[in-house]
Amino acid sequence: MKSIAPYRRPYRDTQPDYLFPAYASTVKRAPTQPLVVLPHTLSEVTAPVFGYDEVKPGDADLTRQHPGEPLGERIVVSGRVLDENGRPAPNVLVEIWQANAAGRYNHRVDQHDAPIDPNFTGAGRLLTDAQGQYRFMTIRPGEYPWRNHHNAWRPAHIHFSLFGQAIVQRLVTQMYFPGDPLLEYDPMFTCVADEKARNRLVAALDWETTLPEYALGYRFDIVLRGREATPMESRR
Amino acid sequence: MSLRASTSQTIGPFLRIGLEWMVIEELAPAGAAGERFSIEGRVIDGDGKPVNDAAVELWQANSQGEYASPDFRGFGRSLTDDAGAFRFRTIKPGRVPGPHGKLQAPHLAVTIFMRGLLKQLVTRVYFPDEPANADDPVLNLVPAERRATLVAIKKGAGALEWNVVLQGRNETVFFDF
Repeated sequence: MKSIAPYRRPYRDTQPDYLFPAYASTVKRAPTQPLVVLPHTLSEVTAPVFGYDEVKPGDADLTRQHPGEPLGERIVVSGRVLDENGRPAPNVLVEIWQANAAGRYNHRVDQHDAPIDPNFTGAGRLLTDAQGQYRFMTIRPGEYPWRNHHNAWRPAHIHFSLFGQAIVQRLVTQMYFPGDPLLEYDPMFTCVADEKARNRLVAALDWETTLPEYALGYRFDIVLRGREATPMESRR
Repeated sequence: MSLRASTSQTIGPFLRIGLEWMVIEELAPAGAAGERFSIEGRVIDGDGKPVNDAAVELWQANSQGEYASPDFRGFGRSLTDDAGAFRFRTIKPGRVPGPHGKLQAPHLAVTIFMRGLLKQLVTRVYFPDEPANADDPVLNLVPAERRATLVAIKKGAGALEWNVVLQGRNETVFFDF
């Protein structure tokens, strides 16, 4: 039988550890026993296929899900999904969710004293096109306090969840905004030592996708794990 | 061209907003071949408290050992409730090839996200009373005394239980994937 080319292990300091005490919730949830290294078999290198019957075109516009317009600043968030080998990742299911312009989530456990926007749910989804490209229309999310430490505030961010062609490519991440002064104080943003890796989570202002007199554009490219060129190639 | 994979970030406490539209707890369409069963369990943190904000995702082959077949996609997603509980109804997967062409024992691939995890946990569920478990190439990588954490418990006809214990005694085996 033909051998399976495994997906690359992470480059040093570009992926977080489970235990990161500055993010307090990791302390009671991070594994304490050694992890077992998993060989990549068919079970790891395959993934579900999602269809266009599940995702509707309107699901990518978070500003048009209710009778009225949501409050806040409209933005276009777009980019490409690639793998580490630079290949576009087509037909990837991308799910996003976020706070509203006031920094409040439409969720029962969010008790932050900021208004719910009846015209904004804050959830969207789409499938990337043949070139791996995606585009959402949404509202710039607000910053909000959380209880990790005294006077803790999250920088503005959008949550992203992606499926690839392999279940080991599955990625959940967050997109941040350029120039946000809260970033350096945020234990999620600072969870990896590699500063370049962190900065790749910050979108770029993008004139190409900015709609004149309507919405600023932000570009956010996402990279999924790539396969080793040949089976058994070792990499440091 | 060589890029670096994007850094993983926690799914946070508000995952339901983005993920609830695609909860799939019934994996097998009416006509799908195979032995049907239910599997339920709880996610428990290091204080023994239920985790009520986890997403548990399954990936599995059909009864013939084929992934992503047109008649059985094999993907499930359950979001834990206030008791930390998740649940699925599906069919027992067939055996799929493993390393060195050796067949693996039937198993479910599990991916778990929650607040407090900066990246997903990856683990597997194997079946009780399954002779193939003894030779499974992945199960055999796990220290013998911890293997039981990856094998579901029989609760009755067609009903299995499998719990995710994040820390401490009986901590579930998680994989470096």
